[in-house]
Amino acid sequence: MKKILSYIKPYKWQAMLGPLFKLLEATFELLVPFVVAAIVDNGIAARDRSYVVWACAILAAFGFFGFIFAVAAQYFSARAATGVSAGIRRDLFKKIQSLSYKDIDKMGEATMLTRMTGDVDKLQTGINLFLRLFLRSPFIVFGAMLCALAYGWTPFGIFAVVIAVLAIVVYAVMLICMPLYKKTQAKLDDVLLSTRENLTGARVLRAFCKEESERKIFDERNEKLNDGRKFVGGIAAITNPLTYALLNLGIIWLLWTGAVQVDGGVLTQGAVIALYNLMGQILIELIKLANLIVTVAKAAASGSRIEAVLNMQPSLCLTENAEQDEKKDEPFIVFDGVSARYSAGGGAALEDISFEVARGETVGVIGGTGSGKTTLVNLIPHFYDVSGGQVRVDGVNVQSKAKQAYLRERIGVVPQKAQLFKGTIRENLLWGRADATDEELMAAARLAQAEDVILGKGGLDAPVEQGGKNFSGGQKQRLTIARALVRNPEILILDDSSSALDYATDVSLRKDIKKLNTTTFIVAQRTSSVRDADKIIVLDDGRAVGIGTHDELMHTCEVYREIYFSQYKDEERGAAV
Amino acid sequence: MTTMTTPSVKKQSTLRRVLQYVGRYPVSLLGTIVFAVVTVAATLCVPVFFGNAVDHIVGKGAVDWKGVRVCFIEVGVAAAVAALSQWLLSLCNNRISCNVVRDIRKDAFDKIGKLPLQYIDTHPHGDTVSRVVADADQFSDGLLMGFTQFFTGVMTILGTVAFMLVTNWKIGLVVVIVSPASLMVAKFVTSHTHKFFVEQTATRGEQTAFVEEAISGLKTTQAFAHEDENEEKFNEINARLEKSSMNAIFYSSLTNPSTRFINNLVYALVAMLGGFAVMGGGFAVHGFTVGGLTKFLSYANQYTKPFNEITGVITELKSAFASAARIFELIDEREEIPDTGNSVLGAERKVAGDVILKNVDFSYDKTRKLIENLSLDVRQGQRIAIVGRTGSGKTTLINLLMRFYDVDGGQVCVDGKDVRDVTRRSLRENYGMVLQETWLKNATVRENLKLGAPSATDEEMIAAAKAAHAHSFIKRMEKGYDTVLGAGGGLSEGHKQLL
Repeated sequence: MKKILSYIKPYKWQAMLGPLFKLLEATFELLVPFVVAAIVDNGIAARDRSYVVWACAILAAFGFFGFIFAVAAQYFSARAATGVSAGIRRDLFKKIQSLSYKDIDKMGEATMLTRMTGDVDKLQTGINLFLRLFLRSPFIVFGAMLCALAYGWTPFGIFAVVIAVLAIVVYAVMLICMPLYKKTQAKLDDVLLSTRENLTGARVLRAFCKEESERKIFDERNEKLNDGRKFVGGIAAITNPLTYALLNLGIIWLLWTGAVQVDGGVLTQGAVIALYNLMGQILIELIKLANLIVTVAKAAASGSRIEAVLNMQPSLCLTENAEQDEKKDEPFIVFDGVSARYSAGGGAALEDISFEVARGETVGVIGGTGSGKTTLVNLIPHFYDVSGGQVRVDGVNVQSKAKQAYLRERIGVVPQKAQLFKGTIRENLLWGRADATDEELMAAARLAQAEDVILGKGGLDAPVEQGGKNFSGGQKQRLTIARALVRNPEILILDDSSSALDYATDVSLRKDIKKLNTTTFIVAQRTSSVRDADKIIVLDDGRAVGIGTHDELMHTCEVYREIYFSQYKDEERGAAV
Repeated sequence: MTTMTTPSVKKQSTLRRVLQYVGRYPVSLLGTIVFAVVTVAATLCVPVFFGNAVDHIVGKGAVDWKGVRVCFIEVGVAAAVAALSQWLLSLCNNRISCNVVRDIRKDAFDKIGKLPLQYIDTHPHGDTVSRVVADADQFSDGLLMGFTQFFTGVMTILGTVAFMLVTNWKIGLVVVIVSPASLMVAKFVTSHTHKFFVEQTATRGEQTAFVEEAISGLKTTQAFAHEDENEEKFNEINARLEKSSMNAIFYSSLTNPSTRFINNLVYALVAMLGGFAVMGGGFAVHGFTVGGLTKFLSYANQYTKPFNEITGVITELKSAFASAARIFELIDEREEIPDTGNSVLGAERKVAGDVILKNVDFSYDKTRKLIENLSLDVRQGQRIAIVGRTGSGKTTLINLLMRFYDVDGGQVCVDGKDVRDVTRRSLRENYGMVLQETWLKNATVRENLKLGAPSATDEEMIAAAKAAHAHSFIKRMEKGYDTVLGAGGGLSEGHKQLL
């Protein structure tokens, strides 16, 4: 919790003043029974009307000051809670943005989102409530006990026993219920999972006629959740009646000993009334305290989850002074015995890959699904670390810290998943280069065959909805290609980014890009997409089983031939070889 | 689109529907009412008996022991009854709220299974999930709180007023006249804080949407070094959220202190008038003693507390009903047209696989035409490839064949039967397809592969995996076929497609 606590520092005054004012408010509340006792013993007994009026005026004044202090307390607590959570959200977002591809894969999008939203909200509520109540409730409970001391040790002792018994009961019920609540929460997650799957997988489930069995699974989970909830609810329901009964027993005990003392002339009737009123205040505060503990426990759990993210170190390995090992007179891009794996201990995604690429060359990367194509191209901008060997651009290892920003600026990536962001088309294209003019944007769009998409939507200012929902897959792909071209990249990486394009568009796209003379990597499933490349790398299960031109590979590489013929009619077999 | 109705009409019908669900549990409902009455009555008796006891403890040597003892026995009985019935009351409430939510969830989920794909394709999944999960929970909490506190709160107020009027009708009357001030203050605060809550919710929604997009596009963001711009935008929204939550939290937290303030004033007033009454002045009523004043004061306390609670409950109930309305909206969605006729494809003989499209018209957005007057005649065993430009309707054709969508005009026939005349189940069972999307269930590899044919043996499954070139990478996974595929799951798109 250390890290979370450091966010409170800028709000240390608010965090101190909040509880302090709450304490003052509580003090006035505790004084009320004394005033009432005075009214009974001095005012009424002496038939002194003006005394009664004054005493009641004091009660009213207590109420007024209590109000002012309460407002101040709420203000400072809210200020601290919202300030702290805003600070945490800010840093959390920054941290998440700094994570490496590997970290992102590992953590998952859903987790990151819940940390940013639900967990921070819970923490905020927890801090707010904590600042308001953590002093107040114990203060009233123990304050009442101390006040009882004003009437002697006997009532003080009774208070102590009653408080202890009530606290044990409340605490015991809480102790039993907390893990049960956690369990039911897990059952709720199951219900959530069912619901989510039946939406995201609607097509698949319906195609396989699984509606009925999915419903049974849901009903079962829903029923389990319900049973769990009823069970916990039943246990939690004991708290109030039990504490109520115990408290009344305590009051009987208090009044009985009180009666003895009044009879013996030790106490007055007013004192008994005061004790009775004081005792009445304990129960509510104890229950509030128990609820506070639950809320704070939940907030603390959220807090430690948040802290885990804040403490994450981006896993990308950056080396200082890598330039010193610069290899002059080397081809533009060099893969030198490169291996990569997705997770430590996991299987290799790439094994011992070596090749060289000269400036301006077009490189095709082809292979079966899951053969490591995407991993290979993602190594060039250093999105992932290699587990062996080196990737060098301009003779410098891509792990170089000094080169990192420069490297990424020069590379234009079109990811497999075509993704646009809420805003306008112009805003999306400007991601490529912030100072590009409209003419440059349209030129890039023309190259990417996206001009008609933009015009069809009504120009560069056409709105893009969240995630680019208002564009089709093919339209999105063309715009993401345009976005990469806007930056005039020295290296262009097209990761299977024409999969949603029809053949004709794909061909003219490749032709136009070829004219640019940019070093280009084309990842593809179809041999037609890479046929004209200067160099084709054929991957199979993470190994390079062939590197060469189309014609060379047709002669030397069995895997390449297989891919080729699977996509063309068998009759061509004889002719092509 | 739903038709616009005035909010009050909508709320009315939401309330009525909630009551219909609640009405399914008449025994618990009756229990709730009976136990609430008993609890409140018994609870209210306790201070009376204590007050009487105080009257028997007058001073030195003036303690009526017999009277005190009788009073304590009365307290004991009343407290025991109150505790017991309160417990039973909680059990009834708990039962009702849990079961009602379970029923509503069930109905909502059943609906999801019957929704046309059009709805699923056009509505964000997260929103529907949050209706079934978060809204249902919110509703459950609100309902429970409503039942336990609203009901007993109102009863307590009525009971206390009655007791006060009986004990000293003059002071009682004063209290009744003054106390609505507390409600008015509470109402004033809530009505003025509502706009802050609306603002907070809107800003929070905006931020969540932004974060969602930023996270799902994180890799792209990094590839384009766009982190700083994103951060700037985030911080701008974040600052607004901080301000609006501050307003919402602070202003709404004024309700309690201000009602408590009014209540304290009422308390002081009662103390004063009560003091006068005991001394025998204008407010005196026969038999009003110091013990009577004790009772009165503890009533004044008890009487005002429910006001606090009720205002809190009303806010809670409001959002509970808003949540309920959102779930009902989902339950009321138009369903997929039910299977007409029970005709089962392939009931008499094996399906041959003749597919005929007659003058088919179809479009998703009725203002933009997509497929027009398409006719096709495919015979058993023919292999058909569907080719076309992006967005020309290739996937759409599959959607129509599988009957994920219905044609706007014309007919799709399989084996001479209109697909609308056979059950969807029998139709779909006769297709084998590889969908464009690569959706996998959150379960083991084995369960996912057997989704198509639950009765397949492990050997058959491995054979299929080998045919799809998936066997080799499955073997390399941590636990092979028993690896659980989680959200994200660490599988590449390519691996998913193979599965």
